[in-house]
Amino acid sequence: MTDQTAYNFAYLDEQTKRMIRRAILKGVAIPGYQVPFASREMPMPYGWGTGGVQVTSACLVPEDRLKVIDQGADDTTNAVSIRRFFQRTAGIEVTEATADATVIQTRHRIPETPLTEGQILVYQVPIPEPLRFLEPRETETRKMHELEDYGLMHVKLYEDISRHGQIATAYDYPVKVEGRYVMDPSPIPKFDNPKLGGNAAIQLFGAGREQRIYALPPYTQAISLDFDDYPFTASKADHACDLCGAPDSYLDEVITDDQGSRMFVCSDTDFCGSRRAAGHIGPMGTPSAGG
Amino acid sequence: MTPDALLGGFTDAPRQSARAFRAALEAMARPGTLWPIEGAAPPAPLSVAAGVLILTLCDGTTPLYLGASCDQPVVRDWVTFHTGAPLVAVHEAQFALGTWADLMPVDRFAIGLPDYPDRAATLIVEMPALANQGPRLTGPGIATVAHLSLPETAAFCANRALFPQGFDTYLTCGGQVAGLPRSTIVEAV
Amino acid sequence: MYVAVKGGEKAIDAAHAWLAEERRGDTSVAELSVAQIREQLALAVNRVMAEGSLYDPDLAALAIKQARGDLIEAIFLIRAYRTTLPRLGASTPVETAQMAMCRRISATFKDLPGGQILGPTFDYTHRLLDFKLAAEGEVPTAPTAPASLDAVPHVTAMLNRDGLIQTEAEGNDTPPDLTREPMELPTTRPLRLQAITRGDEGFILSMAYSTQRGYGRTHAFVGELRIGTVAVEMDIPELGFSVEIGEVELTECETVNQFKGSKTEPPQFTRGYGLVFGQTERKAIAMSLVDRALRWKELGEDNTGAPAQDEEFVLMHADNIQATGFLEHIKLPHYVDFQAELELVRKLRREALAHGEAAE
Repeated sequence: MTDQTAYNFAYLDEQTKRMIRRAILKGVAIPGYQVPFASREMPMPYGWGTGGVQVTSACLVPEDRLKVIDQGADDTTNAVSIRRFFQRTAGIEVTEATADATVIQTRHRIPETPLTEGQILVYQVPIPEPLRFLEPRETETRKMHELEDYGLMHVKLYEDISRHGQIATAYDYPVKVEGRYVMDPSPIPKFDNPKLGGNAAIQLFGAGREQRIYALPPYTQAISLDFDDYPFTASKADHACDLCGAPDSYLDEVITDDQGSRMFVCSDTDFCGSRRAAGHIGPMGTPSAGG
Repeated sequence: MTPDALLGGFTDAPRQSARAFRAALEAMARPGTLWPIEGAAPPAPLSVAAGVLILTLCDGTTPLYLGASCDQPVVRDWVTFHTGAPLVAVHEAQFALGTWADLMPVDRFAIGLPDYPDRAATLIVEMPALANQGPRLTGPGIATVAHLSLPETAAFCANRALFPQGFDTYLTCGGQVAGLPRSTIVEAV
Repeated sequence: MYVAVKGGEKAIDAAHAWLAEERRGDTSVAELSVAQIREQLALAVNRVMAEGSLYDPDLAALAIKQARGDLIEAIFLIRAYRTTLPRLGASTPVETAQMAMCRRISATFKDLPGGQILGPTFDYTHRLLDFKLAAEGEVPTAPTAPASLDAVPHVTAMLNRDGLIQTEAEGNDTPPDLTREPMELPTTRPLRLQAITRGDEGFILSMAYSTQRGYGRTHAFVGELRIGTVAVEMDIPELGFSVEIGEVELTECETVNQFKGSKTEPPQFTRGYGLVFGQTERKAIAMSLVDRALRWKELGEDNTGAPAQDEEFVLMHADNIQATGFLEHIKLPHYVDFQAELELVRKLRREALAHGEAAE
């Protein structure tokens, strides 16, 4: 018996998928609002993408081409594990090319290549509640969202400014969606925040352990919280990629020897490889996408 | 039970419902766009699109209201046999199916709670025709502006004013579906 | 020359192969059978069934074998299996008064109808390592007594005859299902009990212990602890009556707690309740203490701010599968976030140092 016959298409049973699908649709109808859903125990641990996996499972059709990334890379072990899971249980095609993918599941990054209509970006979310570290109680934060009472968040950002002269949040940077809900974009670097709003793709967020699904429909306004005199800035390492020379991509810093030498490379491996294949070579790069 | 009620369901539910959901998702995420949706053959007077939406989204946990024009034995039996959705009165409904005339006045449907706005009804409105003309739509899911042949404007304006509460709507005609979430700003042209 | 890290797929395959080999251990030592685990490590099997929320000793034993004895990993295997099972129906409530008991003790009455049965307990064993077991000796047969088939009423039911203990609400409502509905706070007692019975034994134990040390003290006596098997019956609509579909072993604990009375209630005893799959008495006693502590609002008691009184704190942190997953996920790569933090700290340092120099 193959895995595809031992389990339902894309693993989850139909009743579970219906429940998740209804939650996704309500999430789409109320952008930025966290819809509670009866998250299931998945065959991978909570905290390892169970929310994203459940959302992807509910969305996949047999014709999809799936891309899975972790930290921007297709070859990180957890991305490999999740991609394999769907190959085995849904028999779908997989790809590493952002432009070719119809569904992309991601942890911690938005791909550099702009997304298009017809694509779905599924985020794995550890803590969906943007107010959680300011107020640990769900009963309280739910009330704050209801009353649109985001004063606590502004106080926190303001305290940052008075202490550090700037907002000291580098990732997981909250956004306000369509002027209503403050939303946690998952732990993407704030460099990626500008891609959240006005995106042509459907963006779905799944938090399995915390039992929440939320969404940004295409072309939805998502504004990073800031102050008039301290505007939001998307930041990255002040370098170009050493492999492909890209001046504008998010970079990983790699320590190359025990003397503390380091180099900077694109975190988005598909983006970097495509550039090199197209002839863009950085100071330490080679033309082959493999290396 | 009417014999026709046993026919017309999905023949390959996992794959057919997956494709149908993608159409339903795109429709709700991009108000004003029309999407083909297929896979079932519901009894008249239900459209294919409405029947497929019911099969894709409803089950024993989702109370369904049938509007007068759909509230016929064959439809009741079909819905019960294929989904197990309990058939209920307007105010209990999580889903509602009917023509616009059936469902009016729509302010009877659940709009969710201030702290749980997701607990709102989804209306499936059977339309005589569906086209990209009529009231002007703006808001999430729409790059600039879209148009959709809505049955009326005022009810959707009133619904938008309740945001983040409010009901969400699918419009169906034949094998096509369009979505109108509560977040869409609707203006008469 | 830097080469981007590749080979995640190969690494995973190699790790799985290595793990399988380690699980088996030295092949010159006989392999454990699932039946051996089920029969000889029964308390581990019970814990896996209780926290896995699935009564199946064979599957639990298999999970323990597959998990190399890591019980939380075994519970995870059972949970992931359970979630895919179809729901065919619900049983009627089990009658614990009809339990075929192997153990029954009360700390509140010296003797009582039905008697005290010590049963197979570690309680009065001296905790001395038994080196005879290392020599794999067979044990002598234990003496037996004829089984009683009479129903044995609960101690709390006897107290209740005098109105000395609070009457619990009865109802035929379908209890909520934690595994099918997202948890909504504040919650109800049936849902709390469900969460605690599948909660981590260590966590529930520590919470219960904290109430004994004064963090939300409830003055608990073990009114009764009983262990045994009960019949599981299911109503079959087509038949019009219920049929027995099997039996399960349960541990039930009812505590009798002091209660001085409140504005609305006269002084009387109250109870905490614990019910757990298998012989799991530490868990059942702990469960009843935590249940009682969480009832402060319903009984009009003060919230002293004790952790065990805090429903949201207890319920959101009791599940060891959620906790383990989230705890261990921090070993996944976080390069991107760390990079963002690195840039930020560098920037803040640059500005702080420049500011310091300017001030000098």
